Amino acid sequence: MKMKTVALSLLLASGLSVSQLALADDYKLDIKGMHSFVQFRIQHLGYSWLYGRFNDFDGQFSYDEKAPEKASVNVSIKTTSVDSNHAERDKHLRGEDFLDVDKFPEATFKSTAYKPGSDGKASLEGELTLHGVTKPITLDVEEVGAGKDPWGGFRRGFIGTTTFALADFGIDYNLGPASKEVELTLSVEGIKQ
Amino acid sequence: MHSNQWLNTKDRFGRVSISLHWLMAVVLIGLYLLGLYMVDLGYYDPWYHDSLSIHKAVGILAAILLVIRYLWVRFQPRPMHLNPENSVNTLMAKAAHALLYLFMFVLMISGYLISTAKGQGIDVFGLFEFPALLADSAERGELAGDVHDWVATGFIVLVGLHTAASLLHHFVFKDNTLLRMLRVLKS
Repeated sequence: MKMKTVALSLLLASGLSVSQLALADDYKLDIKGMHSFVQFRIQHLGYSWLYGRFNDFDGQFSYDEKAPEKASVNVSIKTTSVDSNHAERDKHLRGEDFLDVDKFPEATFKSTAYKPGSDGKASLEGELTLHGVTKPITLDVEEVGAGKDPWGGFRRGFIGTTTFALADFGIDYNLGPASKEVELTLSVEGIKQ
Repeated sequence: MHSNQWLNTKDRFGRVSISLHWLMAVVLIGLYLLGLYMVDLGYYDPWYHDSLSIHKAVGILAAILLVIRYLWVRFQPRPMHLNPENSVNTLMAKAAHALLYLFMFVLMISGYLISTAKGQGIDVFGLFEFPALLADSAERGELAGDVHDWVATGFIVLVGLHTAASLLHHFVFKDNTLLRMLRVLKS
């Protein structure tokens, strides 16, 4: 009996908060089926691109087609999951020279503003916390698509890209003049809750 | 009868044991110094890649030597301790030798697990590749790295003690402990 009352009041409380979000739909990133990616690339010596990614992350976003400017997104990344397909490089990246994952096990992105443009393009402003440093960044976003999936759900996906200097986040290991900036891509698919 | 100089007897080491001992002494101290040197190299240092490749390849060869040596020790007579009546010294020597072997095995295995954490094998001077045998695990690779680091330090401290003890035997106790590892003594 008591449990039921608690559950009901919780339901009411969550219902209230949803209505405050002006009917925006909440989406959880598809982590189970892994249709979301946190990718990065950086120049190697100025001669080629090195690609890597983070395998362990989670996040959600809210989006209302009638009021896209109210969209928001949160992503948190386990830095220890960095993967550039090379054991010793990954170990180096996890170490003190780069991500220092013992001290900074998590990187986060929290949006602060979403500015829809034309042609499904938008710019997403937010705060990136990486290596213990929080800085504003802006992602160039493309709304990729949305609709029903074949299994009874509703999905929506975006891809956003930004470039920043590693030194801005206190990562100052010398990789050479061509490798000061890293390009970060968030490619996400959310399932409507 | 002239006994075989290559094999051990109850009271002296043969050539094989002596050669293995000194070869591994040179190789392992070299690996330790190379390891210390290479981890601090910057990305633009010409030795950045080669130092690690050499460390890994020599490490694999040292692991093979270690297995051969371990088998040799197991199946050869072990020369007796020179002063068995001094049970404390004998016990310390036995413990130090056992630990040296244990640390060598741990170093070889942990080093191997660092480099193969992603399923890539270890190339040995282009001669052959020692394959990655376990499933990928970044966590295991990270743990192996910490173990390798600590045990290498412990190992080199033990090598120091081992060396000090041999000098103590030679110059203070004036026995054959050091000499019998330098050349095949007459039985």
